[in-house]
Amino acid sequence: MSRIAARFAELKRQGRGALIPFLEAWDPDHASSMALLRGMPAAGADLIEIGMPFTDPMADGPIIQAAAKRGLIAGVKVADILTMVREFRVDDNATPVVLMGYLNPILSYGPERFCVDAAKAGVDGLIIVDLPTEEADLLLPFSNANGLDFIRLIAPTTDDERLPHVLNGSSGFVYYVSITGITGTRSASSEHLEAAIPRLRKATNLPIAIGFGVRTPEQAGAASRIADAAVVASALIDTLSANLDADGKALPGAVEKVLDQVRGLAAAVRR
Amino acid sequence: MTIAPQGTNSLRTNTLRDGPNDRGRFGEYGGRFVAETLMPLVLAVEQAYNEAKADPAFDADLKHHLTHYVGRPSPLWFAERLTKHLGGAKVYFKRDELNHTGSHKANNCMGQILLARRMGKTRIIAETGAGQHGVATATMCALFGLPCTIYMGATDVERQSPNVFRMKLLGAEVKPVTSGAGTLKDAMNEAMRDWVANVTDTYYLIGTVAGPHPYPQMVRDFQSVIGEEAKIQMQQAEGRLPDAAVACIGGGSNAMGLFHPFLDDTSVRLIGVEAGGHGIETGEHAASLTGGRPGVLHGNRTYLLQDDDGQIIEAHSISAGLDYPGIGPEHSWLHDIGRVEYVSATDREALDAFQLCTRTEGIIPALEPAHALAYVTKLAPTMKADEIILMNLCGRGDKDIFAVAEHLGVKL
Repeated sequence: MSRIAARFAELKRQGRGALIPFLEAWDPDHASSMALLRGMPAAGADLIEIGMPFTDPMADGPIIQAAAKRGLIAGVKVADILTMVREFRVDDNATPVVLMGYLNPILSYGPERFCVDAAKAGVDGLIIVDLPTEEADLLLPFSNANGLDFIRLIAPTTDDERLPHVLNGSSGFVYYVSITGITGTRSASSEHLEAAIPRLRKATNLPIAIGFGVRTPEQAGAASRIADAAVVASALIDTLSANLDADGKALPGAVEKVLDQVRGLAAAVRR
Repeated sequence: MTIAPQGTNSLRTNTLRDGPNDRGRFGEYGGRFVAETLMPLVLAVEQAYNEAKADPAFDADLKHHLTHYVGRPSPLWFAERLTKHLGGAKVYFKRDELNHTGSHKANNCMGQILLARRMGKTRIIAETGAGQHGVATATMCALFGLPCTIYMGATDVERQSPNVFRMKLLGAEVKPVTSGAGTLKDAMNEAMRDWVANVTDTYYLIGTVAGPHPYPQMVRDFQSVIGEEAKIQMQQAEGRLPDAAVACIGGGSNAMGLFHPFLDDTSVRLIGVEAGGHGIETGEHAASLTGGRPGVLHGNRTYLLQDDDGQIIEAHSISAGLDYPGIGPEHSWLHDIGRVEYVSATDREALDAFQLCTRTEGIIPALEPAHALAYVTKLAPTMKADEIILMNLCGRGDKDIFAVAEHLGVKL
């Protein structure tokens, strides 16, 4: 069983949903983001999503755009992100790690080589924003061959007719983009989610995570109960960026402040 | 105008004109690389476009508006003094700068605005570099009473201020984009972010032959009126086709519009001129085919300026309309199969050509076609006097006079 399946099965036994915090690789520097990654499981992360910086993050709002820019300024390369996961795996062989990014850096690295190296490093799944199901054959054979879960995004615009098509070949969990919009801008109402998630359930047996617009412990708790997991990204990056100096360097305690926030979110999904 | 034949599921071997295939691919380029939120919208545009193409009423409506509002057909002009000056092939200009709004962009905007209306969309968004597409979009939106938002890089807002004012006069909201280098690429990112957030009422009117399928095909089809007219006009003027057709390339819409009707005419050399900026060797240019490699950006797989790790590199050009690190996917395919030759002209060469055209022909060209002309000034002298070059003069240069004055050290 994959780490992702094992983790969701275990949470099901505990009778609760998962918290999936997000960090952008090397934001604002290698050491801080490594410390954040290492600290997240103890702070209550059930799975971890690592953002792969890209110059043109078309689905992201200003908060994650800025995080990606800081990562790139710090000099992060695709290979460095895989190294982060490899180093994380030295102490943690249970917490699933999912990479989220855009296609071009992966294409440039080589889709097959990327999947081989990512699996070897201990990555469990991939979320590629600009790789819709219509183009998935660029990566899917290689992710499958290397045991990486290919996590699909479902949007409010994905209608019932299209759902099975999008879910075809998906594994790990399903990521519900809860708003029509970019990251970190607005939040879905719980009425919307209470209608949307059962619609998805009818089409898949995979666990469902809700992302985009999940910011507060209350929202994370609600999302983890309506679905199976809550992804929190921009709210954590907000905290990190509020703890940087004028040159974008992390102030003392910055990582700990973000981890405190993860603890607050984790408590809410355990309520 | 007649709309180019519809793409079929497989590329036939006897023509280069029936791409893309049903996945929106020209060879291995093109496709639909957008977030799932946008995918249903992109499919809806494709379906609506295919229906419109098959509807004679749509064609009639478009033809009516192109004739009586845009001012088509645009003339074909024998540039006699320029020809004498260069001493070689006869140079003809396809005068698309005489269109309403001053560039070829009106052809595509008219087609897409009619499609948007047909789809019942009530709000239009667009990206713009030099502002030519923004002005054309704002114009059509004024004509049809639709609200419109134009995304424009902050750098371009600065260097194309006359066009910014024009768009505002036309009632458009102009949103300066400060991310990245504040140029066309960043404007396109921001327009896509807007579309993701406004999925029900908004139509994204892409200005070039790039973006997710069906945009590269649709924009090409709407621009092909340039080459179709030119083909007939060349026959009338010279009784034959030109020996070479030359156009500048940023995203590549005016070039695709000129080239597409000539793709199967093997006697016609087709030459696309990319923006060489400070020179290809300096790394500061916008020549995606000459200096880039294939990748995925803005919904399509195509040649891109990118670093070793797949991060997009900022383009550089004196011309805001060519300042883009990618190129339409059909050009990438035509480059690979060798049907079109792609060359480049530097900022300096374009500035010289800009002045030459102004003084010899009394036509102030936009800086974009000045790149095409820069190459024509090199090509014509190498050809015989009975040979013919057809160049697309795709925009007028009124918008550029302030920027040119600055480059020439003239204070206005």
